[in-house]
Amino acid sequence: MDALDLARWQFGITTVYHFIFVPLTIGLAPLVAIMQTAWVRTGNERWLRLTKFFGKLLLINFAIGVATGIVQEFQFGMNWSEYSRFVGDVFGAPLAMEALAAFFVESTFLGLWIFGWDKLSKKVHLACIWAVAVSVNLSAFFILAANSWMQHPVGTEYNAEKGRAELVDIWAVLTNNTLLAAFPHTVTAAYLTAGTFVTAICAWWMVRLVRTRRPENVELARDVYRPGLVLGVIAMLVAGIGVGISGDVQGKIMYQQQPGKMSSAESLCEGEEGAGFSLLTIGDLTNSCEGVSHELKIPYLASYLGTGHFTGPESYLPGVNDVQEDFTERYGDVDANGDPVEYTPNLFVAYWSFRLMIGLAVFSAALALTALWVTRKGRVTDARWFSRLALVAIPMPFLAASFGWIFTEMGRQPWVVAPNPTGIDEIRLLTERGVSTAVSPGMVLASMILFTLLYAVLAVIWFRLMHRYAVEGVPAVVHDESPEARDDDDADRPLSFAY
Amino acid sequence: MDLAILWFVLIAVLWTGYLVLEGFDFGVGMLLPVLGRKDKERRVLINTIGPVWDGNEVWLLTAGGATFAAFPEWYATLFSGFYIPLLLILLALIVRVVAFEWRGKIADPAWARRADLAIIVGSWIPSVLWGVAFANLVRGVELDADHQFTGGFFSLLSPFALLGGLVTLSLFLLHGAVFLALKTDGPIRAEARRLAGYFSVAAIVLAGGWAVWAQIAYSVGWTWIAVVVAAVCLVGVLAANARGAEGWAFGLSAGAIVAAVVLIFGSMYPDVMPATDPANSLTIEGASSSDYTLTVMTWVALILVPVVLLYQGWTYWVFRRRISTEHIPEPIGLSWEKVRSAAFGSGSRGAAAHLDLTVADDDTAAASSGRGGGAERE
Ligand code: HDD
Ligand code: HEM
Ligand code: HEM
Repeated sequence: MDALDLARWQFGITTVYHFIFVPLTIGLAPLVAIMQTAWVRTGNERWLRLTKFFGKLLLINFAIGVATGIVQEFQFGMNWSEYSRFVGDVFGAPLAMEALAAFFVESTFLGLWIFGWDKLSKKVHLACIWAVAVSVNLSAFFILAANSWMQHPVGTEYNAEKGRAELVDIWAVLTNNTLLAAFPHTVTAAYLTAGTFVTAICAWWMVRLVRTRRPENVELARDVYRPGLVLGVIAMLVAGIGVGISGDVQGKIMYQQQPGKMSSAESLCEGEEGAGFSLLTIGDLTNSCEGVSHELKIPYLASYLGTGHFTGPESYLPGVNDVQEDFTERYGDVDANGDPVEYTPNLFVAYWSFRLMIGLAVFSAALALTALWVTRKGRVTDARWFSRLALVAIPMPFLAASFGWIFTEMGRQPWVVAPNPTGIDEIRLLTERGVSTAVSPGMVLASMILFTLLYAVLAVIWFRLMHRYAVEGVPAVVHDESPEARDDDDADRPLSFAY
Repeated sequence: MDLAILWFVLIAVLWTGYLVLEGFDFGVGMLLPVLGRKDKERRVLINTIGPVWDGNEVWLLTAGGATFAAFPEWYATLFSGFYIPLLLILLALIVRVVAFEWRGKIADPAWARRADLAIIVGSWIPSVLWGVAFANLVRGVELDADHQFTGGFFSLLSPFALLGGLVTLSLFLLHGAVFLALKTDGPIRAEARRLAGYFSVAAIVLAGGWAVWAQIAYSVGWTWIAVVVAAVCLVGVLAANARGAEGWAFGLSAGAIVAAVVLIFGSMYPDVMPATDPANSLTIEGASSSDYTLTVMTWVALILVPVVLLYQGWTYWVFRRRISTEHIPEPIGLSWEKVRSAAFGSGSRGAAAHLDLTVADDDTAAASSGRGGGAERE
């Protein structure tokens, strides 16, 4: 493998790894904020217990999200220096804004929230978790602004002398229609992830408690876990609808902006009207059209996803061969080194990642609907199958979100900055041209091995901690530690929270 | 003023914020094995920075992001060129972050020792390497005409650069020690003060020697001011510390770090990355973004940086109380056995301690007959 392949693997591994934890943070922070709001407003202790319980899980997860995020910030310069030179004038701005407007808020106010239970008044303390919840979502906005520009460069001119893209309209970058679709899609995916997480853990606990048949346990299930579950289900339902709608919008936008991505998602070789959405396609993994055969199709659906039309000339989807031909005509069939360029992304990956992203949401849907049913009218349940379903559902939205990114990023290949069909042709960059030239393959390989090993260790610890703290359940007793609930003013009393 | 120059200054400001703030939390991390011999003492140390270390670290992310936005060429050359030191710093920061947050989650001496090791190593490595990296920026590195770094890793380890590493190391140890003297009470406070005395002597020797070397070999006339200010600050730390004026000592050690950044950036100017062959140096003009981008970023920074300073300052005020071992509650983490044996599904293994979770006798019958509807509200 050369430095390019290694750098790509490294970027893929570290980013997907970062994004395992990111959706849970984005979604769980607002849910914890809602729980705490319910406590402050109603004074009902169940919400404080849930806040503390899920808050602890949020913190365990947050740590690893931060740790893996730091790498991302520097990786562009380390492994993708030529990319950074080309895009920095445009791309650096949202990244710096993310740090200034979001990371500072989230890190500072999280510290206040963790350590401030006994130092801040109830309302101010509550405001801290809301500041965190808002800023993690804001950070998603800015990073997605950067990413959306790579999918669809806007607001930019080409500086021939410096050979780089230059920003001329920041507003255009922040209102890129790719972004306006990707942002709601990503954050609703995150709420779906967190909603599934909360629902599933409450469901598992409910079944566990009710099975003991002890009145005090059944009461705990009804009093604490059921409301938690209902909150999770509401989040899942709202987010699920949001994911579907925004995903549909994204499909249409993608068809305009990156037709090759849509056709490779369908492994559609030749253009077609009224193209179907296949559920199973068999290819020979050579990434060539000859080997592809579609089995099991839902008629017209692919055309609808891309164009909004089921049949007729408007429903025409180009095939990967058409895109290859079109790009070859516009950008030539060789790159700057004279090597031939393939304008077709990896069909196998694009096809399956797209299907898995959508398909895995079935588990969340099943969990939400059965949860509604078994807890209808104040019921609690002891049904084992329900708690098993809950456990199976937990990892699914995480996987779906990862596949979503794998599809988005690998479907864009061979471009790292995809040409905007209605933009300036010079604003485009092949991935192979973005990689650092001053870095040797050995260095990239060494760093990849180190990151992968370290990440593997951290993943195991993360999983054990999350798992064990989930199994521990809500705390038995909770105190209102806020200054207004205390009559003493003893400076020597132990901290209510300490590492 | 030229926007590119303003941004050069702003980046220096961001690095100053980073080194002053994370400087003391690196110092605290490095002093863990020295000042914290018992677990409770270590927890005192860690809790002095508990609420703030993450906010401190974001100054680094902002400096990085701002360099990307304002000087893409610098960002690209610097981070691809300093690949190995940066990689080591990243690995150190990763283990440090998770160790802070996860240390207390398991109440077990062996676990705490491992987390402490991660914090200690994760604080020592960057404390040395930031100095090495900045000394190389002062000295100049091997760049070709395309501003690509051509020197190998070992070219970054000149005596001047290694001494630079010792400078940041001693400054951060000092800064951490005076911070602890200011933030703790009891034996730790006394011990931290004692150490701060030694560290300030070490810092005067190392930083003084390095600064004079830098000044004579690589810098321009006016940065002598920074050298003098740094020297005055460090001597001031020594004096203030001896008198027990802990607030002054902390302020002055911060002042020394500010002066060091001024010296570093002052000597680089008008380059962002001086090359050993001056013709290949990457200049502020050559590395900067377009005027439009700089204008946008200037507005963003001028509005947001003061706000950040306000709420971060407020955090320090909220947590202004000194802490000592009496303030540290018993560990609240779960036991190691519990974490290891965790398993979803079974009732008895890993049960929450306060609940009786033995499954009712009629359970198997209920499950096999498929009666899942469960208890209904009476
Ligand atoms: C829980 C995760 C999840 C679920 C259930 C879905 N997605 Fe998704 N999808 C993502 C998580 C995701 C993601 C990780 O958030 C991506 C990657 C980048 C982005 O903006 O969202 C993504 C990207 C993405 C793209 C590519 C956008 C582009 O390349 O510009 C399309 C077309 C869709 N999605 C469409 C859908 C549709 C029609 C769904 C069915 C309801 C769907 N997604 C469910
Ligand atoms: C602003 C956000 C992002 C930017 C700027 C970005 C940028 C890039 C770059 C420069 C590459 C290298 C080109 C390549 O390897 O092909 C890449 C590849 C990749 N990225 Fe992204 N990415 C972003 C977000 C994400 C996220 C959040 C994920 C998923 C968790 C992701 C998943 C991937 C994957 C899987 C690859 C490898 C694709 C391949 O090698 O073919 N990306 N991305
Ligand atoms: C590839 C580009 C990316 C870069 C450079 C990046 C950078 C970072 C950095 C530096 C942090 C740590 C902040 C801190 O210390 O508090 C972080 C955390 C975070 N990032 Fe990323 N990130 C990337 C992709 C993404 C994407 C695509 C999203 C969301 C859609 C995202 C959402 C978050 C969130 C919510 C956090 C908060 C901490 C946590 O993870 O729990 N990041 N990221």
